[in-house]
Amino acid sequence: MKLRPMPRATAKEHKKLVRTSIKAGTNILVIGGGHAGLCAAISAREAGASVVLLDAAPESMRGGNSRHTRNLRAMHTEPTATLTGQYEAEEYWQDILRVTGGETNEALTRLVIRESYPLLDWLSERGVKFQPSLRGTLSLDRTNAFFLGGGCALINALYRHATQIGVAIHYEKEIEHVELSDGTFRWAETKAGETFRAGAAVLACGGFQANTDWMVEAWGDAARNFLIRGTPLNRGYVLRDLMAQDVLTKGDPRQCHAVAIDARAPKFDGGIVSRLDSVPFGIVVNRAAKRFYDEGQDFWAKRYAIWGRLVAMQPEQIAYSIIDHKMHDLFMPSVFPAITANSIPELAAQLGLDASALTDTISQFNAAASEATCDHTILDGRTTTGLQPNKTNWAQPLDQSPYHAYPLRPGITFTYLGLKVDHHARVQINEDTAAPNLYAAGEIMAGNILGKGYCAGTGMTIGGVFGRIAGINAAAGLTI
Amino acid sequence: MSDTIVITEIRSEARRTFEICNACRYCEGFCAVFQEMTDHRTFKDATLDHLANLCHNCTACFHACQYKPPHEFAIDVPQVLAELRPQTWQEHAWPPSFARLLERRGVSISLLIASVFSLFLGLSLALIDQNILTAQHIGSGAFYKIIGHGTIVLLAGAASLWAIVAMCVSANRYRQSQAFRDNSLHSASVRTAWRSVLHDIFYLRHLGGGHDEGCNEDDDRFTNLRRYFHHLTMWGFLLCFAATSVATVYELLLGWQSPFPHTSLPVLLGIFGGIGLLIGPLGLLYLNAKRDDLHGMSVAFIVLLFLISLTGFGLLILRETSAMGTLLAIHLGLVLAFFVTLPYTKFVHAIYRTLALIQFHRIS
Ligand SMILES: Cc1cc2nc3c(=O)[nH]c(=O)nc-3n(C[C@H](O)[C@H](O)[C@H](O)COP(=O)(O)OP(=O)(O)OC[C@H]3O[C@@H](n4cnc5c(N)ncnc54)[C@H](O)[C@@H]3O)c2cc1C
Ligand code: SF4
Ligand code: SF4
Repeated sequence: MKLRPMPRATAKEHKKLVRTSIKAGTNILVIGGGHAGLCAAISAREAGASVVLLDAAPESMRGGNSRHTRNLRAMHTEPTATLTGQYEAEEYWQDILRVTGGETNEALTRLVIRESYPLLDWLSERGVKFQPSLRGTLSLDRTNAFFLGGGCALINALYRHATQIGVAIHYEKEIEHVELSDGTFRWAETKAGETFRAGAAVLACGGFQANTDWMVEAWGDAARNFLIRGTPLNRGYVLRDLMAQDVLTKGDPRQCHAVAIDARAPKFDGGIVSRLDSVPFGIVVNRAAKRFYDEGQDFWAKRYAIWGRLVAMQPEQIAYSIIDHKMHDLFMPSVFPAITANSIPELAAQLGLDASALTDTISQFNAAASEATCDHTILDGRTTTGLQPNKTNWAQPLDQSPYHAYPLRPGITFTYLGLKVDHHARVQINEDTAAPNLYAAGEIMAGNILGKGYCAGTGMTIGGVFGRIAGINAAAGLTI
Repeated sequence: MSDTIVITEIRSEARRTFEICNACRYCEGFCAVFQEMTDHRTFKDATLDHLANLCHNCTACFHACQYKPPHEFAIDVPQVLAELRPQTWQEHAWPPSFARLLERRGVSISLLIASVFSLFLGLSLALIDQNILTAQHIGSGAFYKIIGHGTIVLLAGAASLWAIVAMCVSANRYRQSQAFRDNSLHSASVRTAWRSVLHDIFYLRHLGGGHDEGCNEDDDRFTNLRRYFHHLTMWGFLLCFAATSVATVYELLLGWQSPFPHTSLPVLLGIFGGIGLLIGPLGLLYLNAKRDDLHGMSVAFIVLLFLISLTGFGLLILRETSAMGTLLAIHLGLVLAFFVTLPYTKFVHAIYRTLALIQFHRIS
């Protein structure tokens, strides 16, 4: 892949700025103020370092993707206040192994799993509140601890704590260049040329999903139709800059967490509410009004993350989930109202699809579906026969008007290509050496654990665990 | 803009808000509002009114919201519910025009009514005997040398009767709009529900922010200040109410006449209650002012409570001096104004919120 280095200030401007903006006593610079960055900054500060944390966002939009989250996945050997049953390290490992198809670093993943349990208390002690137990919808109470009030409440608590213990926080500082020499971190620089020197740096500035140019480079023009579920600021400038300096990376630029979301969501920051759960309740067609994948392959919670990719492969990266009236109230309400019509041709007209093609698809589907009522609480095996592809569970004819449709587009949560790190969270400069004072945590290195696939709640766990490791090691490294 | 347009606009903003919240549900753990919300797919007017009255305005959900402004969804649950809440009270108030008037000019109208009563009391007495207001009156029955016992009973009785009738009518209208479910009052589940309702009310559970550490005031920090001030106000009010009730029993049933000694039950209850009513309302006024949440109905209520308590203490301290007559006229004027305006002030939140909690606990 051809890399364009990011624009920088001229050498002269640069010298002047370095002189004027060296922050006296800044031992550790943390770039990115999401969950990972905050965990790093707090850990480093608590270990005695003086810490400056920079975030590209204004204060009102701080917290990156982390502000959109709701839980993290934690191992536990017995029930806790917030988690039911037990979730042993081995089961956790098997889950990761399964979703990644083995594209993971076992040592680092086991480290994340081991540290996920103490992370809960560590966060609680710093003001993060967890929800006792949830009333259903996601049935994740065994594996995932839910933040009371969601990620934004968690972020608020961590910012509050960081401020209290004396982390210096600067908003609206978007770093575009990280200066390395001899594989050692020297300073970081914003587009305006403001520089921040420090003895060590932790990079916690997320993936590059919000960088449309880069996404297009990886995906082609299809990427222009992707929606970005989280912050518009995770543009991967720092990652890109380090790649230009030949720092090692891990992962494939096309790998990411991509879910099918409502196409009417905003381009950025639509977050959780653009989620759509209607797919297993009906059929999904593309622009040609043709079905293209088994809508009933498994429970939606296990399948929503493959549908982003499926829709991305369709013409114009759009698809339509179509249900009939009897299904309308069976899933969590969506924030955007269904597009509704009394007949299939009318619905096709509203969606801009070919009416006869859609009628054909639906009548073929109905003819192949089973008449019996399906049971959405189990994999009921009510399959169509003779279709290409078949719907293998919950296949019931669409025959009750009005008909409802929701448009779907790929919604990118975060990209997996990132910096390769070691178990001290140090950035690998090359196969043999790690930078002595440059660390990475969170999305920017999640690819070490998640080569592909996803297990709900691991994003925040990776950020929290590696954030803490990075912070502690960065602080300890200074005294060596 | 007409009142119906205003309330329709507020409701449609509340509906938009809850449609987004219902797809998100991150705030589920905070309070009853979000638990109730998840039982609905669409939001009828009555449901929105109910949610508004369930909300205690702790603002936890605002600070925790990833969609708060400047996000384009611009979600602010406590704000829209705070706007809707007094509208629901006004819509069900009886007579409604009084409520609207008070919302617009709460403080001035209450104080005007208080002054009218005070002047009336003062003047009518001065007409009888010019010295009566300024002379010293000591000993049992001294108050009634100033203002006849019958007059006080009549005025207070009429004012409180008015308040009770007006509030019953409003409460009933609200109940009807909510289509309350009828539960057999003897079933065990209703008894537990009542226990939860009383616990929620007297513990002010929903001012705990879902974790008992309190509300957000200036920023995303939690503080129980609002809860403490509310407790002082609520208990202060209840103690003063008890003081008056005991005094009434003493006078009407036992035939003892006020003023009672400093160590008597009504005076002690009044002192403790009065202290609560000096600190609590001031605290709430201060917190509300910081939030820029000063509605006519609530300020009038808070100010009257405070002034009643202040003049009450004045009376206690100066009751053996010549200032007593004037003070008594002012104090009673305020008390009468308090009762006359009661069905239209923030006081009614106690009724609506109790009804909302009853509904919440019975349904769930
Ligand atoms: C809608 C949604 C829901 C999710 N739900 C969950 C969930 O429930 N559980 C879970 O585990 N994961 C969830 N995730 C994934 C999770 O958000 C991420 O894995 C996690 O937040 C990563 O944390 P982070 O600190 O690395 O990144 P972020 O939280 O995104 O923080 C990165 C920060 O860096 C800043 N930044 C970026 N570039 C620069 C720069 N050049 N200079 C300075 N600052 C910069 C950004 O402004 C941002 O504040 C969800 C993601 C989304 C989008
Ligand atoms: S207030 Fe915000 S975070 Fe809370 S449920 Fe509503 S949309 Fe979600
Ligand atoms: S009580 Fe608090 S958390 Fe609940 S809706 Fe009102 S402001 Fe939000």
